[in-house]
Amino acid sequence: MADVKLSGVHKYYGNVHAVRGVDLTIADGEFAVLVGPSGCGKSTLLRTIAGLEDPDGGTITIAGAVVNDLRPRERNIAMVFQNYALYPYLTVSENIAFGLRARKTPEIEIRKRVSEAAEMLGIGNFLQRYPRQLSGGQRQRVAIGRAIVRKADLFLFDEPLSNLDAQLRDEMRTEIKRLHHEITTTMIYVTHDQVEAMTLADRIVLLRDGNIEQQGAPLELFEQPRTGFVAGFLGSPSINLIPATFRTNGPGAAVVFQTGGELTLPSAKARPLANMDGRDILVGIRPQHFSRAGGPLREGVVPYSATADLIQPTGTRTFTTIRIGGTDAVAELQAHDVSSHGERIDLAIDLNRVVLIDPASGLVIA
Amino acid sequence: MRVGKLPARKARILAVRYLGAGVVTLLFLFPVYWLFMISFKTPDEIYHVPPLWIPGQIQFSNYYVLFRDGDVLAILNSLIVSGVSSGIAIVLGTLCAYSLARFGTGGENLAMWIISQRMIPPIAVVFPIFLIYVYLGLVDGYFGLILLYTAFNLPYVIRMMRGYIVDVPLELEESALVDGLNRWEVIWKVVFPMVRPGLMATSVFTFVFAWNDFLFALVLTRTEVITFPVMLTHYFGGQSNFWAKIAAMSVLGTLPIFVAVSVMQRYLVRGISLGAVKG
Ligand SMILES: Nc1ncnc2c1ncn2[C@@H]1O[C@H](COP(=O)(O)OP(=O)(O)OP(=O)(O)O)[C@@H](O)[C@H]1O
Ligand SMILES: [Mg+2]
Repeated sequence: MADVKLSGVHKYYGNVHAVRGVDLTIADGEFAVLVGPSGCGKSTLLRTIAGLEDPDGGTITIAGAVVNDLRPRERNIAMVFQNYALYPYLTVSENIAFGLRARKTPEIEIRKRVSEAAEMLGIGNFLQRYPRQLSGGQRQRVAIGRAIVRKADLFLFDEPLSNLDAQLRDEMRTEIKRLHHEITTTMIYVTHDQVEAMTLADRIVLLRDGNIEQQGAPLELFEQPRTGFVAGFLGSPSINLIPATFRTNGPGAAVVFQTGGELTLPSAKARPLANMDGRDILVGIRPQHFSRAGGPLREGVVPYSATADLIQPTGTRTFTTIRIGGTDAVAELQAHDVSSHGERIDLAIDLNRVVLIDPASGLVIA
Repeated sequence: MRVGKLPARKARILAVRYLGAGVVTLLFLFPVYWLFMISFKTPDEIYHVPPLWIPGQIQFSNYYVLFRDGDVLAILNSLIVSGVSSGIAIVLGTLCAYSLARFGTGGENLAMWIISQRMIPPIAVVFPIFLIYVYLGLVDGYFGLILLYTAFNLPYVIRMMRGYIVDVPLELEESALVDGLNRWEVIWKVVFPMVRPGLMATSVFTFVFAWNDFLFALVLTRTEVITFPVMLTHYFGGQSNFWAKIAAMSVLGTLPIFVAVSVMQRYLVRGISLGAVKG
């Protein structure tokens, strides 16, 4: 068990400044997910924590000790790789025991821990097989088993599920979450998949170009993004960003679209913009905040009438593309809310949770 | 019936192809066959006109002479020189290759420069080496030949092993480093098992290179450490050639290569089938 502290960590690859002064504290037992677009430095940061890369600046502290000068094997960590990294010439049980043998664990203890891990992961029947005789999901279980038996201070995962097909990925995601509940070791998990990040994390660390863009609990990032980038990265389908102009009129305020039409903002959203009359603004509306109009409208919910363009049913929900302010936007409606292309639909937009972004700085204003 | 015609035609074509291949194979194998036959013949049978395809009886007196006169020591010398030098070349070369592959030692150029050593015509360096060896007192001893063959095999080993090592997924090594191995253990427990088929094939080739060397052995040996190819030349006389000895010695000299190649074949087949069932 261990907490992890990074301060001012930099990493260069030649001219590429892959990690740019990251400060990060992960508490003991926390499940932290590093997420961000491809090339933002997630793997680099993780590998630096593992000791597979040397940082070019800053300090890394694990369980209170600075580990900058320690080799990977001296950091008491376990790591699961994207491509499983199983030894093809060893059986499943030998693969799982590999790290224990390397550390000269007594054979009785090895056998005990291997069977425990195999039980926990449901791979007890494959112990004598070779990795090539397993499916992708089974292989990744073995790789996780190899990490579990080590009883390390810290678990690192680098996109462990990205080689699996969608259904297996969901299944394994649940298992990893359950695993964390059972063994409560500190985990740092890298993924570029925001669904994985949202569902697994105690804390999401969203990276962008080698910097931490924002960190916090999943719903905190989702509901109170600090920047337009965060708002756009989390959520599926992603948030609709519509260019508009801010207008105050008396005590109230509205966003006016370039193509005409306007949406009246609830007062809580309007207040921070009180003296910004005439400013350009990006209006961020999540697909979930559209609904089929019906009955009286709550405070902050405004009517909007649109034509359904593309209709993508998923079974439970139907994603419908509409035009709003000259931009294509996706509205997430109930399965039977809309049935045909070109259909006229009366929608309600919940603006209580609208995200207003300053297009110049990319920062969220309200 | 028209349907049946096509396979018949195909079968004919196939038969002709096999026949052609068979003829060519026989042609190539004939000298080997003849060599083996001569080694079992009596002098009368060797010079018999017309030539005898099969000796009257299998008899080993030609081999017996080689053992009696101590000529077979040449085979032993070859085994020692080739075996030790390829062993050293494999160990050193694999470590060099690891360094080139994983630490980028010397950049891309060093790897190329190393293999270029192999392209020098041996005849161009044999006399300078001879002079140096005379000066250092290395002529006509095991050490001199072993040193030379090691030096000549190293570039080849480095070149081949670098390729095999680059193909080992880096994550396997990194995972082992995190799990508690040091670099040497990683090489021994992860890299070695992964490259074993390639390593075996490379070993066989280095062994064969050293085994078949004639030029250096001829110049650098006298009376003490005579290798098998040089020994063979002693049987070609001014007046007469000792065909019986030549044949028997050649057979003895070929056997280790047969053994070595059959070993390689096993590993090559394994290497290929490993790749085939993957995924
Ligand atoms: N060994 C390397 N040599 C040079 N540049 C590298 C190396 N590894 C990574 N980089 C660069 O550093 C940056 C960060 O890479 P990193 O692998 O950490 O990204 P990532 O966030 O893990 O992306 P992905 O989601 O694609 O895995 C990228 O611009 C990448 O090109
Ligand atoms: Mg990565």
